[in-house]
Amino acid sequence: MRRWFDDLPKYADDSSWWPKGTTRCRPEVFLFWLGLPLTIMAYFGVSAFLVLFKGLNQTNMNDYFAFGVWIVVDLAVIALGAGAFFTSFLNYIIGKTELKPIVNAAVLIGFICYTGAILMLGIDIGQPIRGWFGFWHANVHSMLTEVMFCITTYAIVLCIELLPSVLDNRRIGKVPEFGTFSHNLHTIMIVFAAAGTFLSFFHQGSLGGMFGVLYARPFAFRGHLGIWPMTFFLFVMSAIAAGPSFTTLIVMITEKITAKRLTSHKVKMLMGKISGWLLLVYMVCKSVDTLYWAFIYLPSKGLSVGQMYQMPYGSWLVWAELGLFGWLPVVMLLTPRVRESYGLLFLAMLLNCIGVTLNRFIFTIQSLALPVMPFEKFISYLPTWQEWGVASLVLGHGLLIFMLAYRYLPIFPQEPELNQR
Amino acid sequence: MWRKNQVRYGMVIDVDKCTGCGACAVACMSENNVGVLPDETDKIRSITWLRVYQIDNGKPFPDTEVAFFPRPCMHCQGGTSGAPGQAFFQEDTDPQEAHTPCVSVCPAIATDYDDATGIVSQIPTRCIGCRYCVAACPYHARYFNWYDVPWPQGTPRGLSPFVSPRMRGVVEKCTFCYARLQRAKNKAFVGGGKVGEMDYQTACTEACPSGAITFGQLQNPAHKVHKLIQSEFAFRLLEKLGTNPKVYYMSKRKWVRMMADNHLSQAKATQAAASGGHK
Repeated sequence: MRRWFDDLPKYADDSSWWPKGTTRCRPEVFLFWLGLPLTIMAYFGVSAFLVLFKGLNQTNMNDYFAFGVWIVVDLAVIALGAGAFFTSFLNYIIGKTELKPIVNAAVLIGFICYTGAILMLGIDIGQPIRGWFGFWHANVHSMLTEVMFCITTYAIVLCIELLPSVLDNRRIGKVPEFGTFSHNLHTIMIVFAAAGTFLSFFHQGSLGGMFGVLYARPFAFRGHLGIWPMTFFLFVMSAIAAGPSFTTLIVMITEKITAKRLTSHKVKMLMGKISGWLLLVYMVCKSVDTLYWAFIYLPSKGLSVGQMYQMPYGSWLVWAELGLFGWLPVVMLLTPRVRESYGLLFLAMLLNCIGVTLNRFIFTIQSLALPVMPFEKFISYLPTWQEWGVASLVLGHGLLIFMLAYRYLPIFPQEPELNQR
Repeated sequence: MWRKNQVRYGMVIDVDKCTGCGACAVACMSENNVGVLPDETDKIRSITWLRVYQIDNGKPFPDTEVAFFPRPCMHCQGGTSGAPGQAFFQEDTDPQEAHTPCVSVCPAIATDYDDATGIVSQIPTRCIGCRYCVAACPYHARYFNWYDVPWPQGTPRGLSPFVSPRMRGVVEKCTFCYARLQRAKNKAFVGGGKVGEMDYQTACTEACPSGAITFGQLQNPAHKVHKLIQSEFAFRLLEKLGTNPKVYYMSKRKWVRMMADNHLSQAKATQAAASGGHK
């Protein structure tokens, strides 16, 4: 089908950089669409400048809401980016090679999520120049210390895991040194997959542990298994359940935008099945944990569930998190007929991803909104436009990196085969 | 083995004596160089190391009763606390188990627990401003510097030379006027004696016109606070959480005592404290 821009004169030709056997839109069209992420990045730039220059008073955070939308987005994208480590783990270590066609995309999405989260955290702290104190004066008892170490080192692992895709570019790969280096990287990738799995397991868990150890915050505190609170394990489980869904979701959205098939439906169905089973395990544990917290832990502290849910953070959040965005996607993802349908699989994965995001929102915002002090009132919080601007970084830089990677790197090895005319 | 001989500074505030005049809060700000922010009506961002809450019994006139509740940092000990009602300060046998909610979470050791005094310190120049400690504190005793303090011209000359003013982007809180302890120690060192009860008193204690605040060593029988915390009317804020605070309150009014712990029944409170709260 001829499109309106096909008849325009060609000013530049970058087709020699495209992945082998693929076609891409014309450079002018690509440049036009690059305006979208660049606009978002400009919005981020203005917001970040104001926050760094004038301070965190540019936000609506306060001494009651010490954490705000940035931490919610950070926790959510780190959970959604878990598809990178878990798909690599299944592919390289467990030997589930059916996932090979989607591993590159998973690593790329993970890279976007983690780099975005680290950049945002740098703006979120009151003294960004002292960010390195967490490494130099590390408090080994703090869950946040573990998060800082593991996220930073894992981001480096992700860079290494992404490097072969960059070196496999048609033009770059022709340079003999790069080609050899890329080949050697491929052969030792199992080492980085193992390192990534180890690091990810701990920081996903520690992000949950951050809330579970707050023993003076009854909404967040959970009992311990060994030295780790239950939230440590729940966060790991929910991340590995949502990560593969998010990866597949992004691939499906890319397919719709580009009007191309990028991975076979079989791969997507397998990702859905993996997500479904992991989500089932998570939901069983989460439901037991919630019941124990509501009916045993809270009464032991003289509190009731009713006190924990007050408008606008009412009990509807529990039903939404555990029902609509919890058990419903479990049932959907474990039903073969749902997985076979492109639309229903998309919907189930979307519900799964919203569920994990909602969970991170509840642990961050509701934990702080609850007045523990008897003389305090329940207050709510709404972010400022500057906060949304900084939070939109993940979207802006994610779109930018993904668009460039899709155009020039062999992220989807099945694409040439699936789009043969 | 209980570590009963350890020096543990603490405070007893008699709620029935407090008139809510706010002299303690003013003295605290002056002593510790707490600045006045551009908008002090924004109470969820203003800095008051010692905040005076006004509470009431919730009953309509003429049965309404009002009480004032000064709230400094509780200098939580953590670990297994003494059971409510006994009102006796106890420390965990295992110091590793005893951790305050805020100290254990700080990634950069910008807040620390002094084992020699039991005082929870804050090191502003170490703080990275992550605010994890603010989230961890149930008493809202920790304050983040959302603004640079706009010291009016000439006012810096009136600042205390013993306490560093804080910069934007760091957390601060009550330190039991730690600079006063350092001065008392210096004085004792020069004089060849020990730091006596009256050698080290916090600014709020000295400023209180009705004598509602008493400060001293909780485990030293010679100090007044040691006797006061054994009163049947002594209690602590949110005792059930297991934070094991070193700030005690006293009130003969039952509704005040009940309100301090969210109406936790006596039996459940004892059970919660015995389980050590966070273990």
